[in-house]
Amino acid sequence: MLQGIAFYLLSAVAVASGLLVVTARNPVHSVLWLILAFFSSAGLFVLLGAEFLAMLLVVVYVGAVAVLFLFVVMMLDVDFVRLREGYATYLPLAAIVAGVLLAEMIMISIVVVQGGAAAGATAPAFAGEDVSNVEVIGRVLYTDYVYIFQASGLVLLIAMIGAIILTLRKRPSVRRQDPADQTNRDRRTSVEIKGVVTGVGVTGEELR
Amino acid sequence: MEVTLQHYLAVGAMLFTIGVFGIFVNRKNVIIILMSIELILLAVNINFVAFSAYLNDASGQIMAMFVLTVAAAEAAVGLAILVTFFRNRGDIAVDDANVMKG
Repeated sequence: MLQGIAFYLLSAVAVASGLLVVTARNPVHSVLWLILAFFSSAGLFVLLGAEFLAMLLVVVYVGAVAVLFLFVVMMLDVDFVRLREGYATYLPLAAIVAGVLLAEMIMISIVVVQGGAAAGATAPAFAGEDVSNVEVIGRVLYTDYVYIFQASGLVLLIAMIGAIILTLRKRPSVRRQDPADQTNRDRRTSVEIKGVVTGVGVTGEELR
Repeated sequence: MEVTLQHYLAVGAMLFTIGVFGIFVNRKNVIIILMSIELILLAVNINFVAFSAYLNDASGQIMAMFVLTVAAAEAAVGLAILVTFFRNRGDIAVDDANVMKG
């Protein structure tokens, strides 16, 4: 009973905030609604017994991805009103496509549960009461899926390198330190001996 | 109020549909398009975790983790491309973007 109430509340909030993500006028508000959608989905994950993934969703999505979105949205000086032109013209087609897609997917999921691969799965089997969710994931992740785990690390590394290469730019107006250049200086390029005649002194021109 | 697998699949289907809808209606605003893609991946994750819980198989949660990884990488690279695009054109309207058309 309580689980049902929690499910309906969380999923209603998730779907409503998802709709507001795509319809909000201000992209900053869209990002905030996206954060709410992620939070309520994390709640759904907890209901399903996947606490570790719920935690991961909050940390990775809300903590990293959503903040990244916020930074980009706030940094770019874009006229967002002009970007909403044509919203009304695309709306009917989008509604038709979305309606057909939703009907198809709900039909397929009902069929899958009633007679397909997931037939007879009526209650969530919380994997073993004696082992925690983290332990279950760790046992599978570091044995059966260890190569894919390593590959996902590579995916993140390449994404990081790609993002840095794409956004890094050299600006000639900015003076940067060049450590290699600094340590490679030697006496010949940095010191110059001037022969100064005694009693005459030097002028500023000679020192230069 | 028995919550069955269909309920979770229906939520996933709704979020997926909202994501596709968002890509269709916000054709010009690439930031909202990226957020719609995140919504779609979230729907996929909900499906994975729901199947994982109801079929008592942890593999679904592992797959959801990999989807999460790829989604984070995709967001980083997508936003980097967006920033460079904005630097080059001073605008992010993507409906007339044809730099890479060849």
